[in-house]
Amino acid sequence: MVEEYALVFDRAREKRLLIVPALFDEGNRLRRFTVEVMRRLDGAGVDVFLPDYPGTNESLQPLPTQEPDDWADAMTAAGLEFGATHVLGIRGGCLFTPSALPSLHYAPVKAASLLRQMLRARILSSREIGREETREGLMALGLALGIELAGYQLGAEFVRQFDTLTPREGVAQIAQDTVGGSGLWLRAEPSESAEQADALAAAVAMALA
Amino acid sequence: MSDDTDLLLRRILTDVLGLKQNQAAEFDADTGLFGHLPELDSMAVAGLLTEIEDRLDIVIDDDEIDGDMLETYGALLAFAEAKREKA
Repeated sequence: MVEEYALVFDRAREKRLLIVPALFDEGNRLRRFTVEVMRRLDGAGVDVFLPDYPGTNESLQPLPTQEPDDWADAMTAAGLEFGATHVLGIRGGCLFTPSALPSLHYAPVKAASLLRQMLRARILSSREIGREETREGLMALGLALGIELAGYQLGAEFVRQFDTLTPREGVAQIAQDTVGGSGLWLRAEPSESAEQADALAAAVAMALA
Repeated sequence: MSDDTDLLLRRILTDVLGLKQNQAAEFDADTGLFGHLPELDSMAVAGLLTEIEDRLDIVIDDDEIDGDMLETYGALLAFAEAKREKA
């Protein structure tokens, strides 16, 4: 087991929540919001743990050799390591929430939707420098050799397996309507909202009560 | 059915650009978008187009996307209205 960095609020309390963070560029845009939700849960008496996916953020592992199963395993291992009693998946994080723990999914999204959007962004930025790419061509490249999307170098095996992932069914969901306003992952630039952080933390705290 | 396209499009831009309430109401046909707003990079445009697809219930092919349609608010609105009429 390789050690991975995690942000934790741990005061050995009874309720211990593992957060499985949003993915790729959405993860960057939601990082600050996620930490704001953690602070509020800490204040509400819940221990909270936010691990990194292997190969991302502070991780020392290479990203191109990762596969989706490695990320699912890492989240399961983090849950065990921290003695988590519950888990909250955020957006694409809902694809990797450990099934053994009582789970909540905030605004879950299919992997195919995330991939589609990242492919579109790559097509647009390539076009700006005069290079024509197509979605089909990029997927073929990704499946053969791996591909860089949104600044993340994904391996071929990752692309192949990731494309078909969907959030587990039967998990309690927290929809954006509950949190109010528009999802912060939509924002062109990282943003925060005290109101939304309050609302999500309150919804999670109630679900854990 | 496309009477609300203008309203919906302003709401989407508000959400994606993090605009203050009513700020998008001031957009006119000549308001510059892609290339004029630094925060609207390719990732943000990809997100914007996906939101437009979801909320206006249309499908945008990648080869339909060009600089002209994203240049101004008026051009984007005309594109979205035309797509909805065909849908």
